[in-house]
Amino acid sequence: MESERPREPLLSVRELRIAFEGVEAVRGLSFDVRPREVLAIVGESGAGKSLTARALLGMLPRGATTSGTIEPDLAAHRGRRISLVPQDALSALSPVHPVGDQLAAAVRSVARVSRKEARDRAVAALDRVGIPDAARKARAYPHEYSGGMRQRAVIAMATINEPDIVVADEPTTALDEEHRDQVLRVLAEQREAVGAALVLVTHDMDVVRDHADRVLVMYAGRLTELGPADEVLGRPRAPYTAGLLASLPQHASPGRRLPALRGTPPAPGALPPGCAFAPRCPLATDTCRTEEPEPQELQGRLVACHHWPELPHPATELFQEEERQPA
Amino acid sequence: MTDPLLDVRDLVVRYGDVTAVDHVSLSLAEGETLALNGPSGCGKSSTALAVLQLHRPHAGEVRFEGRELTTLTERELRPLRPRMQPVFQDPYGSLSPRHRIRDAVAEPLKVQGRWTGADGPARVAELLDRVGLDPSYGDRRPHELSGGQCQRVGIARALASEPRLLVLDEPVSALDPSVRAGVLNLLADLQDDLGLGYLFICHDRAVVRHFADRTIEMREGRVTSG
Repeated sequence: MESERPREPLLSVRELRIAFEGVEAVRGLSFDVRPREVLAIVGESGAGKSLTARALLGMLPRGATTSGTIEPDLAAHRGRRISLVPQDALSALSPVHPVGDQLAAAVRSVARVSRKEARDRAVAALDRVGIPDAARKARAYPHEYSGGMRQRAVIAMATINEPDIVVADEPTTALDEEHRDQVLRVLAEQREAVGAALVLVTHDMDVVRDHADRVLVMYAGRLTELGPADEVLGRPRAPYTAGLLASLPQHASPGRRLPALRGTPPAPGALPPGCAFAPRCPLATDTCRTEEPEPQELQGRLVACHHWPELPHPATELFQEEERQPA
Repeated sequence: MTDPLLDVRDLVVRYGDVTAVDHVSLSLAEGETLALNGPSGCGKSSTALAVLQLHRPHAGEVRFEGRELTTLTERELRPLRPRMQPVFQDPYGSLSPRHRIRDAVAEPLKVQGRWTGADGPARVAELLDRVGLDPSYGDRRPHELSGGQCQRVGIARALASEPRLLVLDEPVSALDPSVRAGVLNLLADLQDDLGLGYLFICHDRAVVRHFADRTIEMREGRVTSG
């Protein structure tokens, strides 16, 4: 038997902090992206997941100040070594150029090939993502594509230069369920074909379950839990992960009240002292309210919680509430 | 058998040449949740607007509490409107950013002539409490509230009219999962206590499966199952 040796990470993020006007939205985040893996980043609004993805691409909004390191600097080779599949395909494509021309331009921006060669590659890429009659469709403009087709064209563009990492930022949030599954399948196929890792930002736990190897759960700009997706979803070690999973209607019996988390995620700049999740956490103690927990390694995952050893299994039990919540 | 709360027959809604709703029929009893599910553009929201008579349908019948609405004039509809209230997707967009929360909740009472200086404020406090908000939230403005809290205000505002039917158009789609669960629980509690009928428009199948008593699937303006 060959022992499983962790491969060199493709990308290492260490102590990443992102602030706007002194207010930190990402607060000391460390994680690796491994070759060919699908790493999902999940969390609720304001958790900092999209900002983290943007930081990997070197595409943070103006006014952001950052510290920490992201190595190697793939963002310097954006479009070649790291690329983006955005949420809104329409804004990622130029409305005034045929889709094929835009893909060919992407090819010629990194490779010295003839126009003809670039065009051929563009058509082949569109064909690979399942655009029917790709040679003709390459001459069409984005508005002549349906929403699902546009999203596929964007996936073709993101993978055409065979990058090491594709970052997909909520790639299916704007689509309905049918198109969602289609687009994710195409994305999975393409990144498989070019051997890229995929960093998938999503708030959809079904997407994580179906597509991710590992999952990074974020809360209030920090790592809450990081580990193999099936293990984290199957047996969460951090109370926030457990609460998030418990609140999904997928896991509840019809007609019964859903286990709801009290309160709402804190806004950046209005964080409670100690662990940011403490005000909503059924296990919180005085330690939690004064000391922010650091991620600790245990059994192949990272968990930031003072009380993880006390977490029951299934941890979702913590959040089962009585049938009626107080009116 | 008693009349259903809402009975819609062969509803047709057109925008110009486009038929958004094509002969849709549905009915809903008191205390029941009927979900309308389907992809974007299938006609769910157009059906909702036509049921509320906010967009007058091109053809078909909409019978609410036994009265046919499509033939009524605006003036005749007015006394019925409080009894069928919408709750929309965007919790911020449905509240005026300038008004304090208590004014937003008081507005339907005032418009309907049910406001008195003596017991109006107490009624507002009671409504906020009913949706799980501390009455002190009355002093705040929408931007000081989270999405889930705003949606609770939207529900309190609908309840102020003492409705029998709530038309909920993607009421939890803009909310984070941990917050969404609380709002769905609130809606379930209100239904148990008040016997409200819910026409629940939602594209998320997991939410629909959990929350609805019955589901109608729509596609391209037509009912495909249910």
